[in-house]
Amino acid sequence: MAGQAVLTGTHFINGDEACAEGALAAGCRFFAGYPITPATEVAERMSQRLPGVGGVFIQMEDEIASMAAILGGSWGGVKSMTSTSGPGFSLMMENIGLGLCTETPCVICNVQRAGPSTGLPTLVGQGDMMQARWGSHGVYEIIAIAPSSPQEMFDFTIKAFNLSEQFRLPVLIMADEVVGHMNERVVIPEADQVQLVERSKPSEGPDTYLPFQPGPDGVAPMATSGEGYYMHITGLTHDEKGYPVMEVWAQEEMTQRLVDKIQGNLDQILDFEAIHLEDAEVAVMAYGISARSARGAVLALRQAGFKVGLLKLNVVWPFPEDYVRELSRRVKAIVVPEINLGQMVLEVERLAQGRCQVKLVPHPGGGIITPARIMEAVKASLEETS
Amino acid sequence: MGMEQISQHEVIITGFGGQGIVLTGNILGKAATIHDGRHATMTQSYGPEARGGACSSQVIVSDEEIAFPYTDNPQLLICMSQEGYENNRGALVPGGIMVWDTDLVETGELDPSWIAYHVPATRFAEELGNKMMANIVMLGFVSAVSELVTTESLKTAMLGSVPPHTKEKNGTAFERGRDYGLAILKSLAKQEGS
Repeated sequence: MAGQAVLTGTHFINGDEACAEGALAAGCRFFAGYPITPATEVAERMSQRLPGVGGVFIQMEDEIASMAAILGGSWGGVKSMTSTSGPGFSLMMENIGLGLCTETPCVICNVQRAGPSTGLPTLVGQGDMMQARWGSHGVYEIIAIAPSSPQEMFDFTIKAFNLSEQFRLPVLIMADEVVGHMNERVVIPEADQVQLVERSKPSEGPDTYLPFQPGPDGVAPMATSGEGYYMHITGLTHDEKGYPVMEVWAQEEMTQRLVDKIQGNLDQILDFEAIHLEDAEVAVMAYGISARSARGAVLALRQAGFKVGLLKLNVVWPFPEDYVRELSRRVKAIVVPEINLGQMVLEVERLAQGRCQVKLVPHPGGGIITPARIMEAVKASLEETS
Repeated sequence: MGMEQISQHEVIITGFGGQGIVLTGNILGKAATIHDGRHATMTQSYGPEARGGACSSQVIVSDEEIAFPYTDNPQLLICMSQEGYENNRGALVPGGIMVWDTDLVETGELDPSWIAYHVPATRFAEELGNKMMANIVMLGFVSAVSELVTTESLKTAMLGSVPPHTKEKNGTAFERGRDYGLAILKSLAKQEGS
């Protein structure tokens, strides 16, 4: 496999391997990580492939160090990533916050397993969705993506790198054990068909460059260390020069900017699929592996004459607030299957504000939700709201 | 054999860690997707042990996109261990194909609706010099008794999945299993004819 960064062709590989191939196709050349089931195969593939394409793989001592290493890699000008699962994701939280505060592009793939704690190492969960949004302390916005197949593991990893480069922040791939370990067809395009976004670089010289001065899109151009620019990079609240300022105005300006660069560019970030929702009386909202079961349920119900549709979230954070608010005005119920005891459903409840029924189809983790359970929930909602 | 009427075929392969159970599922999936141009998913279940623990692989082959990648009721069950047989025998559909390793599984009474075959896959592999190839013997056998994937695709997928220096031996193992399957089919046909 040495030498070929984009493995053009048709493959039958698992989601973890597809994630690694997506990263390589996106130009990732630095991976630092610590093995953990069910994410190990991402690291394993990267360790096999990176040396052959001029990249570097490091197995770090733990996940705290892994996260720190990829922030450093990114400031060194190299697209960088790590992968982990629940316990490691918890350890990464502090340095994900450092990445958000220092606006450092990088990608973290969390192949979710059932928790809390060590939980069920080899079995599926979707219990880290709110942790993805709120797990690091303080005020910020995050971008998180949820693939539902090995093909999407490939495609969405490229997307994650593009978003991280464009908006200068860590982007989270919220995968799960089934998507990570399942083998399926993955089509990898020709290298010149892969659309890549690169971070914007400063146009002025070192004397006038301000590393945290946003451009018109709310994102500051990013110099690479070693290019001759003077940079002070800190997790302390800082001004546009990057110097610490322990004042409320600086905190207000900085956090507002971290929020605005995401909330002000939703048209470029939000990504969801609306399937059969035009005339739907009940909508199913799902992401990751649960979106596959939901699709199966919705298609079977449609065949049986039920007016039901699917809202499949590709980007889960930021949440498509306007769309779900509008959806809640025209459906009788929104059914939310997820492999936790109620996380993304809280967003739906918040936005629906009682305008329609919101029904959770929960699973504590260790297995996936069957299409049959979702079909039952949809039928129950139709009866309860008629 | 009852499998032709439905567009989705479901298989469970079960054994213990180290037998190549997951590789077997992977090869079936590769044959179906890359070489036969159909849809397939392969999922696996295993415990925390690297070797010796119970493990299984599920393969779904379909002409349409597969929403749910697991099955509770396969039409084909391949058992390479006693524990795998005990745990999964109840899942096989009536009329389904049950295949087991003659020397590794004691079946007891079988459901009379099943089409049942036993193959001394591990013994054949040992005779060929490496019992690690039992799964490939099994694949060759399956190519004879089931139309899950085309034989050519299965063989190509197998040769592309094993270490290059083992291709020749694995090719022989595949043919050994396939020949055994074809011989059984022939003798069954003879019995029916007489």
